[in-house]
Amino acid sequence: MPSSTSSSPDGADERLQEQFDRTIARDQRVEPRDWMPDGYRKTLIRQIAQHAHSEIIGMQPEGDWITRAPSLRRKAILFAKVQDEAGHGLYLYSAAETLGADREDLVERLISGRQKYSSIFNYPTPTFADVGVIGWFVDGAAICNQVPLCRSSYGPYARAMVRVCKEESFHQRQGYELLMTMMRGTEEQRAMVQDAVDRWWWPSLMMFGPPDDDSPNSARSMAWRIKRHSNDELRQRFVDMTVPQAGKLGVTLPDPELRWNEERGRHDFGTPDFTELMRVIKGDGPCNAERIGRRRAAHEEGAWVREAAAAHAAKQARREEQEKEHAA
Amino acid sequence: MSGTNGQWPLYEIFVRSKRGLNHVHVGSLRAADDRMALTHARDLYTRRNEGVSIWAMRSDGIAASTPDEKDPFFEPSGDKIYRHPTFYDIPADVPHI
Repeated sequence: MPSSTSSSPDGADERLQEQFDRTIARDQRVEPRDWMPDGYRKTLIRQIAQHAHSEIIGMQPEGDWITRAPSLRRKAILFAKVQDEAGHGLYLYSAAETLGADREDLVERLISGRQKYSSIFNYPTPTFADVGVIGWFVDGAAICNQVPLCRSSYGPYARAMVRVCKEESFHQRQGYELLMTMMRGTEEQRAMVQDAVDRWWWPSLMMFGPPDDDSPNSARSMAWRIKRHSNDELRQRFVDMTVPQAGKLGVTLPDPELRWNEERGRHDFGTPDFTELMRVIKGDGPCNAERIGRRRAAHEEGAWVREAAAAHAAKQARREEQEKEHAA
Repeated sequence: MSGTNGQWPLYEIFVRSKRGLNHVHVGSLRAADDRMALTHARDLYTRRNEGVSIWAMRSDGIAASTPDEKDPFFEPSGDKIYRHPTFYDIPADVPHI
């Protein structure tokens, strides 16, 4: 549907605000052309844009392995997975557009570094085991984050998440299967898997964001039911889900504090280095410059394709117009 | 043909998931022309056999009711409860009705 950017300032129209509050309270969905508070719209645009950017940048760490995948089977799987990430980015950009965001502007904000994407994609993928661990950890963490977002209060975002979640399960399973295959291989391959696990574990835990007492926007997002669970709750779920999988696989998670807590019925685990998270988000991760540089180059080098397609469309439209005139 | 500020125009995509069902709105995308909208829609919305037919339509060609006038707009149907079968009392022992 065409989007509308018109909205009254907060509190200016109490009736609209009440209607909006009632929609949220009844757990109904807010739809694109409904009135919504400016803060809700801005928060959503920021969150959906960052989410979209993460999917698009997320194509790169694994994309590096497409030409070097060890078999045609793995290459085809990886291709399909990276193509899915592009698709997820596009679902999300469309959702952001229903809020009045401008697509070109979003791309510009990403490649100029004004809008962020998930810190996890700023880590390198030096071995093929990284492809497996990304599927297992990073897509597993994404599932923890995204399943509750399928019930997010904003309709187009929730619907995009339903589609994404259906596809994400393939991503996680192909990663785990890849790792199982490597674990059945040589000593060297097993060491490669353990090394990748050691490098990705903590950055994966950081994906859930800062701890709850240091997450300024969380409470408001939860009140608006954009988010359903706190960062720490989702992080805990991810740990509880992953520990038995690690056991089955035969790898060790690199956390000496990790242990089952009988009383809580959940795992205790160490605290990720949140100063590292902040540093990487601010731009000082191992691959930030490379990721943005490559996205910018792809955008700039693709400009002629976009222009040619637009010129072709214009020519076709003119031709159709002329044919109609002749016929008349 | 391009939309505002040189961007490709926005299209709404509708997919028929199998024969016998309606086309259903699945989302939107940007494309330079109708043909590209269809091929992009195929790549974006039917990567896993989700559809047997696709409609792509320029978003600016859709006429839509506005949420602001939702109540008055749909009011004509609100008070006509006699349009529903349950409005009519029929004895329970009358068969097939």
